[in-house]
Amino acid sequence: MSSGGLVERLQAGVWKDNPGLVQLLGLCPLLAVTTTFVNGFGLGVATLFVLTFSNALVSATRRWIRDEIRIPIYVLIIASLVTCIELIFKAWFPMLDRSLGIFIPLIVTNCAIVARAEIFASRNSVGASIVDGIGMGAGFALLLMVIGAFRELLGSASILSDLSMLTGSETFGGLSFADNGLLLLILPPGAFFSLALAVAAKKAIDRKRREQR
Amino acid sequence: MTAATSILKSGTTLATIAAICTALVAVTYHLTVDRIAANDKALLEQSLQPALSGVFYDSGVSESRLVIEPPHELPGSEAALIYRVYANEEPVAALFVVTARDGFSGPIRILLGVDVDGVVTGIRILRHRETPGLGEKIVSSRSDWVQQFAGRSLGDPTLTGWAIHGDGGEFDQLTGASVTPRAVIKAMRDTLIYFVAHKDEIFAAPATEDES
Repeated sequence: MSSGGLVERLQAGVWKDNPGLVQLLGLCPLLAVTTTFVNGFGLGVATLFVLTFSNALVSATRRWIRDEIRIPIYVLIIASLVTCIELIFKAWFPMLDRSLGIFIPLIVTNCAIVARAEIFASRNSVGASIVDGIGMGAGFALLLMVIGAFRELLGSASILSDLSMLTGSETFGGLSFADNGLLLLILPPGAFFSLALAVAAKKAIDRKRREQR
Repeated sequence: MTAATSILKSGTTLATIAAICTALVAVTYHLTVDRIAANDKALLEQSLQPALSGVFYDSGVSESRLVIEPPHELPGSEAALIYRVYANEEPVAALFVVTARDGFSGPIRILLGVDVDGVVTGIRILRHRETPGLGEKIVSSRSDWVQQFAGRSLGDPTLTGWAIHGDGGEFDQLTGASVTPRAVIKAMRDTLIYFVAHKDEIFAAPATEDES
């Protein structure tokens, strides 16, 4: 099985096979944490790390892992990586950890990660798997950031409002445009509407490109 | 390959991977454990700070914790916490962590600072599940609502005044949410009543030891 070129693999993750937009995987965290840009960014980056390392480990061990025990091994690897990421967040980004709460440990249940282990990393070289992890992780993270920014802008009428959680300093508290935004977008239904708009936008752009060709 | 060796082989692989993963987590834990403990302590001291505005103190607040197990006369059915604050070994204020049970969507955990004279030195919401954009505005980062209580006490306003304007009280409500402020104000009032009645015992009691 060809793993394709580096650029192609990255493109597949970010656009063509975007885990959130096209495969519709990992929707639970995607819908739950994207109330602000910073939240989306934090979970996106955490997922990117887990996905990259889990792809690397699954690929590195693929020759001596027998088919019938592969799933428990994926679970072990992913769960350990997530625990490490959670500890690192608690140590260096405690505010962000508090804001993301249960959704950091819940990266374990993000099916996008097991899906990449099963579909890609278990059949490809370590290098290709790492690239795949970065591509897919970046695709997922970018989608979280876009939806987070969209919901924060329209829902809270602000942007980057919790930036101090990332930097640790209070120098820049984000921009605020009004007291109240469109409340609906911050509430759970807003997450579904935003995702639907994002999926529709991607399809529209794809169609336009095809017509131009 | 026989079934037995096949199972043995799978088992060995699983055990090896499990050992490697455990080692990975153990190393990360050791690298982060001190930082996390320091963060937790700093976060606690820092989170208690806003409820102590205008209070001079020289004691470490987190060490003076008193855990009041239910049933107790304070608001809420879970354990209440009291942090005692001292200056020159004289009590200057107490911080209460109590629960308002009748929030719009579940309990609201409140941090309330009271000085020795029973005057509120600040209040913050620690945990809640109120509606974003409505009841959520009890949180200090979302609106100024919690600021109005500093400097007030049980005599100012009188007992009936400890309510929102809509209920004939003296405090502002929130647009679109009256259940939430009502619950918070009631919990504050009950805590103040408790403080006035038990002030001497609170400051005299030894700190509750950690169970660990």
